[in-house]
Amino acid sequence: MNRLHLRSILPSGADRYRTDRLGRFAVDGLLLILARLVLVPLSAGVVHAQAVQPVPSLTARVMDETGTLDASQVQALEAKLAQFEAERGAQIVVLIVATTAPEDIAAYAFRVADEWKIGRRQVGDGVLMVVAKDDRRVRIEVARALEGAIPDLAAFHIIDRAITPAFRKGDFAGGLNAGVEALMARIRGENLPLPEPEASPSDSLTLSDLAVFLFLGVPVAGAVLVGMFGRKIGALATSGVAGVLTKLLLGSLLLGLVVAVFTFVFVLALGIGGGRGGGRGGRGGGFGGPIIWGGGRGGGGFRGGGGFGSGGGGSFGGGGASGGW
Amino acid sequence: MLHDVIRRFVLIAATLALASLAGCGYNDFQRLDEQSKAAWAEVLNQYQRRADLIPNLVSTVKGEANFEQETLTRVIEARARATSIQVTPEMLNDPQAMERFQQAQGQLGGALSRLLAVAENYPNLKANQAFQDLRVQLEGTENRITVARNKYIQTIQEYNVLARSFPTNLTAMIFNYDPKVGFTVENEQEISRPPTVDFGTNKR
Repeated sequence: MNRLHLRSILPSGADRYRTDRLGRFAVDGLLLILARLVLVPLSAGVVHAQAVQPVPSLTARVMDETGTLDASQVQALEAKLAQFEAERGAQIVVLIVATTAPEDIAAYAFRVADEWKIGRRQVGDGVLMVVAKDDRRVRIEVARALEGAIPDLAAFHIIDRAITPAFRKGDFAGGLNAGVEALMARIRGENLPLPEPEASPSDSLTLSDLAVFLFLGVPVAGAVLVGMFGRKIGALATSGVAGVLTKLLLGSLLLGLVVAVFTFVFVLALGIGGGRGGGRGGRGGGFGGPIIWGGGRGGGGFRGGGGFGSGGGGSFGGGGASGGW
Repeated sequence: MLHDVIRRFVLIAATLALASLAGCGYNDFQRLDEQSKAAWAEVLNQYQRRADLIPNLVSTVKGEANFEQETLTRVIEARARATSIQVTPEMLNDPQAMERFQQAQGQLGGALSRLLAVAENYPNLKANQAFQDLRVQLEGTENRITVARNKYIQTIQEYNVLARSFPTNLTAMIFNYDPKVGFTVENEQEISRPPTVDFGTNKR
C-alpha cells in the first residue's frame, strides 16, 4: 500500500530529472530513505497491532462479542449487575470474546482489566470475568481491593464449581449467572464502604452552579471589560452578559434582569478597573473570586445519564484464577 | 540606589534558582526513585509469596509415594538458593547482584513449572484437593510476579530516560542518580531459538 503510494509520486519527479543522472539518483536515494522511514515503523506497528487481541471499549456491564447470549439474557445479567452496583458499589463486568490467542487468557484479561480499571474511584472494587468461548477458557480477574474478598482459590472454586459445569452443558447464561451470584455473595461478605445515596442527580445546571459561575465570572469579566471600555460601559456590558446567560441557563427573564441589575451595581461599586489602572483592576477581580468562592460550592458533579462507565479506580495486580471446560 | 539594585539582583537570582530547581528534574528524580523502589518491593513481595507456598507444595507432593525425586529436590534446592540471596535496596543499582537474583528466581520458576508438568502424570496427585489448591495459588502468584515485574520495568524506564536525557542528566550526575537495572529474560537464547516440534514420529 505504502509502496504503491510512493511509486505514484515517483513518475513526475523522475520525468523532471530524466536527463540529469545525478538528480535522478538523488530522487531515488531520497525515496529510498523516505520509504525506509515510512515503511519500517508502519510495518512494525501493524505487526504489533495484529499480534494481540485489541481491548474492546467498555460500553456495558455485559459485553458479548460472540453473540452467545440472547438479548434478554444480556439484559437480565446487566440488570443484576447494575442492581448490585447500586446496592454495594462494587463493579462487575462480564466480557465474552471468541478467543484470546495468541495470549493466554490471564495475560489478555489483565490487559483488559488494566485498561478498563473497573471499580469505584476511591475503593477500587472491580471484578472482570472474561470468557474465551472458542478457547474454552474462563478467567475471573480480581482488583487488588477485592483480593481479600475473592482470593485466587475462591475465584478458582467459583469457576470450577459454578461456571464450568454449566458451560460444559452449553448453558452459558446459567454459568455466568451462577458465577456472578457467587462473586456477589463473596463481595457482600467483605466490609467495603457502601455507595453514597446519589446527591440530586442533576443533569441541568442548578442555582448553586449558577451562583458559583456568577461569583467567579462576574468579577473577572467585569475587570476585563471595565479595563477595556471604561467603567460605565464595562459595567453595562458585564451586566448584560450575566443577565443574558442567566436567562439562557435558567429560562427566567425576571431572574435574568435581577442578575443584570445586581451585576451592574456590583461592578460599579467594586471600583475595579477605573480609568488607566486596568492591570490593577484585573488583579483585584482575580482576588475577589476566590474569597467569595468559599461561600458557594459546586453541587454534585455531573454524571452522564444512562450507559455504563468504569469507576476508574480498579487497580489490578494479576489476582484471580482461570479455568477451562 | 545601589541598595535597590542589589535587592533586585538577589530577587532575580532567587527566582532563577527556584526555577532551575524545578526545571532540573530534581523532584522528578525523587518521585520516580521512590516509585521504582515501591515497584521493586512489590516484585520481592510476590517472589516471597511464591517461596512461601513451596514448602506446602513440597510436602503435598511428598505424599505421593513414587514421585520423581529429582524434580522435587531441584525445586527444594532452587528455593533455598533463591531465598538465600540478601535483597537490599542498593541492589537496584548493581547489575551483577540483580543478575544473580534474577537467575536464582528464574531457576526456581523453571523447577516449579517442571514439577507441575511432571505432576500431570500422577492421577492421584492431580485429584488431590490440597495439590489442586496449591496449584491455583502458585498460578496466581506467577501472574502477579509477571504484573509486578512489568510495573517495575515501566517505572525504571521512566527513571532511566530522565537520568539519561538532557538537561536532567546533569542533575543525575551531580546527585549520583545512576540508571537502574531492569529485568532481562533469563533464558533469552532459549526463547529466540525456534522450538523443535516432536510429534513422536521419530521414536519408531
